[in-house]
Amino acid sequence: MELWNLMSIILLLGLTLRWTVSLNSYSGAGKPPMFGDYEAQRHWQEITYNLPVKQWYFNTSDNNLQYWGLDYPPLTAYHSLICAYVAKVINPDWISLHTSRGYESLEHKLFMRSTVFVADLIVYISAVFFYGFYLNKSSEKKKVFNVLCMLVYPGLILIDYGHFQYNCVSLGFTLWGIISFTYQRYLLGSLAFVLALNYKQMELYHSLPFFCFLLGKSFSKGIKGDGLVLLVKIAFTVIASFALCWLPFLTTEQIFQVLRRLFPVDRGIFEDKVANIWCSLSVLLKIKNVISLQTQLKLSFAATLLSVIPTCIKLTIHPNLKGFIFSLANCSLSFFLFSFHVHEKSILLAALPVCLLLNETALMSTWFLVASTFSMLPLLLKDGLLLPYIVTSLLFLLVTMTSSVLEKTSEEDLKLKPFCISIRRYISWFNIPKQLMRNIFLLSVITMAILSVVSATLTPPSGLPDLFPLLVSVVSCIHFLYFWMYFNILHFWEPTNKIKTN
Amino acid sequence: ANKVIFLTVMAASRVEDWKWFLVLAAGVSLLKCLLIPTYHSTDFEVHRNWLAITHSLPISQWYYEDTSEWTLDYPPLFAWFEYLLSQIGRYFDKEMLAVQNLNYGSTATIIFQRLTVIFTDILFMYAARECCRCIPEKKDGKELFKRPAFVLAVLLLWNFGLLIVDHIHFQYNGFLFGLLLLSVARLFQNRNLESALLFTILLNFKHIFLYVAPAYGIYLLRSYCFTSSKPDGSLKWSTFSFLRLASLGLIVCSVFAVSFGPFIAMGQLPQVLSRLFPFKRGLCHAYWAPNFWALYNVIDKALSVIGLKCGLLNIESIPKASMTGGLVQEFQHTVLPSVSPLITLICTFISIMPAVCCLWLKHRGPYGFLHCLILCALGSFLFGWHVHEKAILIAILPLSLLAVKGKKEAGIFLVLSTTGHLSLFPLLFTAQELPIKILLMLLFTVYSFSALRDLFREDRLLSWLEVLYLCGLIPLGIFCELFYPLTPWKERFPFLPLLLTSVYCALGVMQSWLKLYILLLNESATVKPKKDQ
Repeated sequence: MELWNLMSIILLLGLTLRWTVSLNSYSGAGKPPMFGDYEAQRHWQEITYNLPVKQWYFNTSDNNLQYWGLDYPPLTAYHSLICAYVAKVINPDWISLHTSRGYESLEHKLFMRSTVFVADLIVYISAVFFYGFYLNKSSEKKKVFNVLCMLVYPGLILIDYGHFQYNCVSLGFTLWGIISFTYQRYLLGSLAFVLALNYKQMELYHSLPFFCFLLGKSFSKGIKGDGLVLLVKIAFTVIASFALCWLPFLTTEQIFQVLRRLFPVDRGIFEDKVANIWCSLSVLLKIKNVISLQTQLKLSFAATLLSVIPTCIKLTIHPNLKGFIFSLANCSLSFFLFSFHVHEKSILLAALPVCLLLNETALMSTWFLVASTFSMLPLLLKDGLLLPYIVTSLLFLLVTMTSSVLEKTSEEDLKLKPFCISIRRYISWFNIPKQLMRNIFLLSVITMAILSVVSATLTPPSGLPDLFPLLVSVVSCIHFLYFWMYFNILHFWEPTNKIKTN
Repeated sequence: ANKVIFLTVMAASRVEDWKWFLVLAAGVSLLKCLLIPTYHSTDFEVHRNWLAITHSLPISQWYYEDTSEWTLDYPPLFAWFEYLLSQIGRYFDKEMLAVQNLNYGSTATIIFQRLTVIFTDILFMYAARECCRCIPEKKDGKELFKRPAFVLAVLLLWNFGLLIVDHIHFQYNGFLFGLLLLSVARLFQNRNLESALLFTILLNFKHIFLYVAPAYGIYLLRSYCFTSSKPDGSLKWSTFSFLRLASLGLIVCSVFAVSFGPFIAMGQLPQVLSRLFPFKRGLCHAYWAPNFWALYNVIDKALSVIGLKCGLLNIESIPKASMTGGLVQEFQHTVLPSVSPLITLICTFISIMPAVCCLWLKHRGPYGFLHCLILCALGSFLFGWHVHEKAILIAILPLSLLAVKGKKEAGIFLVLSTTGHLSLFPLLFTAQELPIKILLMLLFTVYSFSALRDLFREDRLLSWLEVLYLCGLIPLGIFCELFYPLTPWKERFPFLPLLLTSVYCALGVMQSWLKLYILLLNESATVKPKKDQ
């Protein structure tokens, strides 16, 4: 079949999947007074359309920040504004100031869903296709497989089309950044990443690899000649694009207010049950109660910094593309596991680079992506998304199993050969049995399946209402720690003498 | 000769790995699960009501009960099928099994009913697999995506019409078509008696398949009861086997006896038959099927408008009944003669006669039978009384088997499936299902075009006129689905999109029918003693 036809079939499959998931419920559906993320996005449309820019981030009589105040960077606000203009044409009630609070109707749901659909198509899906079909140097079959897997990855679909958010936009911009880097368009890549960062501040998880990669590239060109020029150009691009995004907010008062809204440091080290170290540790020790807020901040900052140092140094010294992607995975996992006030949805930031590794490390990437979807189970259950969760997860497993990932378990397939060789220098008998990973994988998938069924069907004992979400979090956290180590090993033992992809 | 084909196919399939088939089947099943929350039509309530009737009433009242307007109007085996389902349904929600609970639709009920459709589709999948095994593989061992069996599996399992009619609109066509395809596959495998049994069972599930019964009757009589043909394929009277005829008769009669026997014993046969064949309904179904009568009605309307303009008709002489209020009602023609059920019956009979005769005169093996079956389905679709647009699937699904056999058949399949599927669009009219039907339709169409083109390594399966016609479907679809609902005419002429779709698609269906007929006549004229194909 021609590549073009195959591409359209995959695209249509991905879009069908997205729209069918979007028929389900969304976060906070019919739950006054606060509703959920869906209402937050609608409220932002109301705010941005009706209030002058100066008031968007300020608490005024028309803008109660306690009720879903805008706490995303300016690009999200602009996007809301554009959506609001469309909404105004269709039905002005959807965004009328004050009176539209908690507005819910079938038409409005359709409208909101289609805004995600359009944004996804323009930013994320187009990037996936570009990446999959133009940059991948692998065989046609592998390309098709990779793009298909990326498009049916359940985590992103469930959060964007079920729960309701626009993660596809920020992730899409990041992906465009990665694509630009592959073409050695460093300025364009920086611009794309600045856009991502200005859409969602969580993209900071990805910022260190971007920074280190560009820094490393400049160093490798010679810091006194071309490298310096490149660095200056990049710095100028970043500052200029930042300034452009923040144009209406360029007074000291505004900037500080926006920053305060973006980084609410007074909200504690974790909020809901989330699969990171702090939440899992609190099973043993109630961190929130024992340590003061300031110490929590410092502790998490130190832990995060320590955990990202190795991969960042390696990337700065050897700035190649594969290392860049490994580093993106490592850093986002580090931030997810160790940083302050993490949301369960932030695992999507780690999922993006892992998606790009699906052809390299098929088994481990599949495993991670399944685990990441599983880690959001408590949230999905709260939103009434059990059915799409089960179906899309099974679909993803089905798609990945077609490329027989279960047989790719040798040291070479796992890309652990260099690592094993260096270990054998000290422990000569060291060896990874061929079936080991496969069996652990199956065991883990079965555990996740059982926990999913249990969380969905059983009521927890009355003394421990959070038992199942906590179990899910701890199990996922163990998984993520394991993947964090794995990808760090991969990055560290990655052969560096290879010629870089141009 | 059939035996040889059969044996080689068997040998090939044993070696084959059917993993890919399972992947396709599992994939589409998961998609079906995702469609659970979509809109469902009144057919959902129809089947819930039947569950309730069969569960809570004695058999003697099944065909008399009329609390709901959706009375039981399928043959007895289907009623028993609903009875079986209701035994499981008890554990989901008892309330849905009460006859008085009209329009009951709790979440448990919806999930239960949707799941019954998804699970009974397993029979369809099995039948599709059996059909794939009947397809002779091409000699050069090619990659999976270019194998006829793979293409056929996708065309059957991922059929757009079946997906939206069963899993969105809500009906149980999947397992019924499973029975049909399985009986076709059994004919291919030379298991004639089994095929007859399956088809008779199918008839007792849903009597709409009576339309294709002539093909079965004639084929079995001709190719099974007569044990061999002359070298040129014509009939050899001396080889008639009475034993075979008797065993066929026994099978058919015993199935009917099991199904209708109890009702005959209770003296309810006239009542059951009056439920099964409600001739009081109108010539055209609420949503016009794209058939001959759609064209006929439009020509009549056009003539009456012209007649009024020219003063040849006066207004008093025109009956008031509007053409398509969207109701199941009788429609009186103004200029052209009105059509009675008898006339449609005669037209249908005439339309399928040549095909049946060909089947009798020339022995062409199971492919000849399949060809005739499709012509019967199309003939009755085009000329039948009160035809549902969904009935086009009776032609499209079996035609998939022919499509992977030859270029010409593939071309016909593309025209018929595209127009037939597009004519199903009005079934789903809610905004949230609009993207789904467009996406799924595109998915199936893009796949069938590219896969069939690959299969025959041919760029032009269609003539330029056909391409032009099919391209015309795009603006038609955009106009009817996206543009028209936004215009003020929507209130005044709500039926206009339906009418346009039906008339435009009717042309394509008619053309496919004619081409298929020409193909049959050509092949019958040039038929030679069969060797391996």
